[in-house]
Amino acid sequence: MAYEEPVTDYDKIVENCTCAFCGSNCDDLDYLVKDNRVVAVRHACRLGASKIMEDEDQRLIVPMIRDETGELVETDWDTALDKAAELIANAVRPLFYGWSETSIECMKKGLKLTEYVGAVIDNQATICHGPTVQAVQNVGYPLMTLGEVKNRADMVVYSGSNPMNAHPRHLSRYTMFPRGWFRPRGRYDRTLVTWDPKFSDTAKMSDIWVPFEENGDYEFVNAIRAVLKGKELKKDVIAGIPKEDIIELTEAMKNVEFGALFFGLGLTHTLSKQRNIDIAIQLVQDLNAYTKWVLLPMRGHFNVNGFNIFLSYEMGFPYGVDFCRGYPRYMIGETTTIDLLNRREPDVFMVIAADPGAHFPGGALAHLTNIPVIQIDIHWGPSTELADVVLPGTFIGVETAGTSYRMDSVPIHMKKAIDPPETCREDEWIVNELYERVKKIKEASK
Amino acid sequence: MEYILKNGIVYDPTNKVNGDKKDVMIKDGKIVDEVSSDAKVIDVTDKLVMAAGVDVHSHIAGPKLCVGRLYRPEDERRGVKPKTATTRAETGFSIPSCPTTGYRYSRMGYGTVTEAAVPPLEAKHTHEEIMAIPNIDISPLTLFGNNWFVLQYVKEGNLDDLAAFVSSWLKITKGYGIKCVNPCGSEAWGWGMNVHGIDDPAPYWDVTGRQVMRALVQVNEMLGLPHSMHVHTNDLGHPGNYETTLKTMDCVKDIKKNPSVSRDQIMHCTHLQFHAYGGTSWRDANSGAEPIADYINKHDHITCDVGQVTLDETTTMTADAPMEYDLYKLSGLKWANKDIELETASGLIPCIYSGKAPVSTLQWAIGLELFLLIKDPWKVVLTTDSPNAGPFLRYPRIISWLMSSDRRTEMMENKEVHKWATKRTSLGTLDRVYDWNDIATVTRSAPAKILGFKERGHLGVGANADVAVYDLEPEKFDPTKAANAPVVEDVLSRALYTIKDGQIVVKDGKIAKVVPSRHLWSNVQGFEKQEKKVLNDIMPMFNKYYTIKFENYKVHDHYIEPSIEYKVNASK
Repeated sequence: MAYEEPVTDYDKIVENCTCAFCGSNCDDLDYLVKDNRVVAVRHACRLGASKIMEDEDQRLIVPMIRDETGELVETDWDTALDKAAELIANAVRPLFYGWSETSIECMKKGLKLTEYVGAVIDNQATICHGPTVQAVQNVGYPLMTLGEVKNRADMVVYSGSNPMNAHPRHLSRYTMFPRGWFRPRGRYDRTLVTWDPKFSDTAKMSDIWVPFEENGDYEFVNAIRAVLKGKELKKDVIAGIPKEDIIELTEAMKNVEFGALFFGLGLTHTLSKQRNIDIAIQLVQDLNAYTKWVLLPMRGHFNVNGFNIFLSYEMGFPYGVDFCRGYPRYMIGETTTIDLLNRREPDVFMVIAADPGAHFPGGALAHLTNIPVIQIDIHWGPSTELADVVLPGTFIGVETAGTSYRMDSVPIHMKKAIDPPETCREDEWIVNELYERVKKIKEASK
Repeated sequence: MEYILKNGIVYDPTNKVNGDKKDVMIKDGKIVDEVSSDAKVIDVTDKLVMAAGVDVHSHIAGPKLCVGRLYRPEDERRGVKPKTATTRAETGFSIPSCPTTGYRYSRMGYGTVTEAAVPPLEAKHTHEEIMAIPNIDISPLTLFGNNWFVLQYVKEGNLDDLAAFVSSWLKITKGYGIKCVNPCGSEAWGWGMNVHGIDDPAPYWDVTGRQVMRALVQVNEMLGLPHSMHVHTNDLGHPGNYETTLKTMDCVKDIKKNPSVSRDQIMHCTHLQFHAYGGTSWRDANSGAEPIADYINKHDHITCDVGQVTLDETTTMTADAPMEYDLYKLSGLKWANKDIELETASGLIPCIYSGKAPVSTLQWAIGLELFLLIKDPWKVVLTTDSPNAGPFLRYPRIISWLMSSDRRTEMMENKEVHKWATKRTSLGTLDRVYDWNDIATVTRSAPAKILGFKERGHLGVGANADVAVYDLEPEKFDPTKAANAPVVEDVLSRALYTIKDGQIVVKDGKIAKVVPSRHLWSNVQGFEKQEKKVLNDIMPMFNKYYTIKFENYKVHDHYIEPSIEYKVNASK
C-alpha cells in the first residue's frame, strides 16, 4: 500500500458518525467534508472508508424503468413510482426482501406497505444467520454487549469467522486490543483462539489456532462438551484434532475468568448448519457452570440484526414473515425468500438495500428473471441487471440519519453528515410514497 | 369533544367515591364537573365505572422482550389474530408484539403502564418499542442498581454527585424513575457469580446491596422524584429469602421522605411474591408471606406489588441474570442472557407454572396470601410482574380470585392446585375477599399514588379523562360466588368502554381507535451545574470503557414522540 498524504483540504469535520458497513457499527468515525462530499474518513477500516468515500462511481442517481427492448431507461420519479406501485398493487404474491442496509425508520414504512398488501417481508438473515436464529430458538441465547468483552474477557474465541478481513475493527475496538477496566494491558491480558479449518488472517495472529477438519465443527464442539462433562474421548483424533489438544483446550476454557465465543457463517453454513450453533450455544451454557462465558453471532450488515429486532417487536417474528392471510406467519422453508422463489410463488419482487443478484442460488435467480423486480438501492449491482424499476435511495449514516442495531443489539442513531444528490430520495420517503400510491390504486379499484 | 357517562356505579377510592351512582363528565381530555349541552351522552346506567387502570410494574418494551420474541416463536404463535379495519395483526401470549400489548391493556381498561427495567445503553430500543405500542401511556424506569458509576459513587459515599448523575441519566435515557435490580448481584454476574443477601459485596467493587439501596433511596428523596426508588431485592426466587426481604425493607426506614412528593412510601418493593419464601430448599420451602405482610402492616415507608403467579406457561425475564441461570439449572429449558456493559445484566427462560406442581402452587398461594394479609390495599398493587409470573392479560382472573374466597377454596378442594397450597401456606384459612372498592384501589388509585401521578388513577375534577366502564352491574352481581368467577374474568377482559384522554379507544371490548402512547419521563430541574460537573468527571471513564460515543448514547428527542415531561423541582 502506497503512502498517502493526509487530507488537509476540507471545510469541516463531522464527528462521531456511524459506519454503515458491517455489524460492528463503529460510531467513532470523523468525516472530513468538502463541498458536500466526504473527502476523508478518520478511524474507519478500509472497508468502511471505501464504502463511505468512494461510492460515487457506481452510484444510482436517477430512477429508471426497463423498456420493451430490455434497456434501463432514465425517467422521472413520478413515472417510476407509479410503475412500481402498479406492479405491487396488482400482484397476488409480492415479496419484499432486503432491508439490512437501511434504517429502522424505513423498515417501519416497509412493514406498513407489507401489511397493507399482504406481502411477505424478509431480510438477509434468511440466507446468512437464519440457522443461527433457528438454533437460538432451539436452545437459548446467552449473549452480551461488546463492552462486556472489552472490559472483562480474558479469552476470546472466533469460529467460522475471520474478523481481520470481514469485521476489521472488531478486535481492535471491542475484543482483543482495547484496554478494558479489568484488562488494563489489553492484548497481553487476553488469549485469542481461532477455530477454523483455514489459516485465516485472524488465525495468524491468534495464540491458539484449532484447525479442525472442514465440516468437523459439530464433532469438535461435541468433544469439548464431552470432556467438560467428564467423559472419556474414545478416539485419539477427533475432527482432525488430537485428543490431548481438545482436553487441554477444554481445561483452558474452564479456567478463564470471562470467555466470549464469536461465530460467523463458517460455523452457521457448514454441513450441520443450525446444529453447529445448537451445540456451540450449549457449550457456552455448560461452561457457565464453571465460569463466565457468553457468545455472539458476527452479524454482517450494519442493520441486519436491526431488522430481526424490528420485526420481532412489531410483529413477533424475526424474518421471513408472510402476511397474505392478514396475520403474520413465520415458517422456515415455507415463508422464507429462497423457498418461495424456488417454488416460483412470488409474482413481484421488491429488493431494498440488498443484492440478491450477487448472492441468491441459481434457481431462485431464474425465477427473478421471470417476474417484475423493483430495486431500491444506492449502488448499481447485479440486482440492477434484474430490475425492471430502479429507485435510487440515499446513504444512511452519511446522507440520511436513521436508527440501526449493532451486532450486539445496541441501538445507535446514525447521523447525517452531507446532503444526498438532488435526484435521489430517502429510502423512507420512497417506501412511504409507494404505500400511498398503492393505496390509491387499491382504493380506486374497490 | 365532550362526554357524559351517565348513571354509572362509580368506584373512585382516591376521591372516596364507593359505588355511588353518578355521572362522569369529560371535556378536552380531562374530567370536569360541568359540560355544555353539546356533550355526547353515553348511557352506562348501573354499569361498573372506574378510572383507567395503572400498572406499576410490567415488562412490555425493550431489549430483553425482543430477545424473548426472537427466540420463542412458539409463544408468538399463541394468540395470533388477523388485522381488522382499526387494528394490526396480534401475536404472542406472554411476550406479545408491541401493538398487541397496547390493544390488550386497552381492552382491559388500562391507561398507564410502567415499563420496569430500562438499561441506559439500550434505552433507545425501549423507546422505539414504546412508539410501536398504542393506547397506553408508558413510564420507563431506568436501571441504576449495578451501574459502575453508581457503585463508584456509593463506594466513595459521594451522594451529591450520585444525585446529579441520576438526574442526568434520567434525562439521557428519558426515564421516569429509579429502578434497582438485585443490587450488586447483576454486577457479580459479570463473573458468573451472585451476591447472597444485602451485605454480600460485589466482587472488586466492595460495595453491598444495602449501601446501594440506601444511597439510591437517599438520592431519590434528594431529587424529589415523583416515584420512590423501585427495588427488586436480592435473592429473588430462593427459598428462605423472606429474611433478606425483611432486611431490605428495614434498611432504609430511617431515610426522610422529600416533603414535596405526594406519595407516602420511600421504597417500592416489586413482585414481593418472589421474595417471600421460607425454608432452606425447594424440598422444605414454605410461605414467608406472613412476616412480610406483618412488616408492611406496621410500617408506612414501604409499598409493594405482588407479582401473582397465574399458573400459565410464560417467559421469565429480569435484570436479575444470575437468578435466570439458577432457573436454567433447575429446568434445563432454553436459557438466554444479555449482559450490558457497565450497567446491568439480564436473563430469560421459559417457565411453566402448573397447578399440578408443588412449587408453582406454593408461589401462587403466597401471592394471594400477600394480597389478603396486607391490610391496607393502598400499600399493595396488582401485578404479575408480567410476563414473569404470568402475562398481564390474566389480571381479570386474579381479580376473580381476590373477590371470591369460595373460588379459592374450590380450587384447593378440586385439586386445581397442589396440596402445598394448604399444607405450606395459610391460604386455606384466609376468607377475606376484595370488594370493588378494593379492586379499584389495587389496580388504579394505589399504583397512581405510588408512582406519583396526580392526574391518573382517579376521576376527580382535573384528572386525565382515562376511564374504564365494564359490562357488569355491581349492585346486582355477587362476585363472591365461585360460579361467578368466570364472569368477572370475562367482563374485566373486555371493557365496555375504555376512554383515554377523552377519546373512546375501546367500545364493546373491541378497539375503536388507536392513539399513540406517550413516553412519561422526569426532568429534574435545579441540578444543572452539578450535572455538568459530574459529566465532566465521568467522561474519561465513559470514553475509555463504553463501546459507544457519548453523543450516540443518549436518547434523542425524536425517539420519545409524543411525550409528557414531568418537571421535578429538586431544590424544593
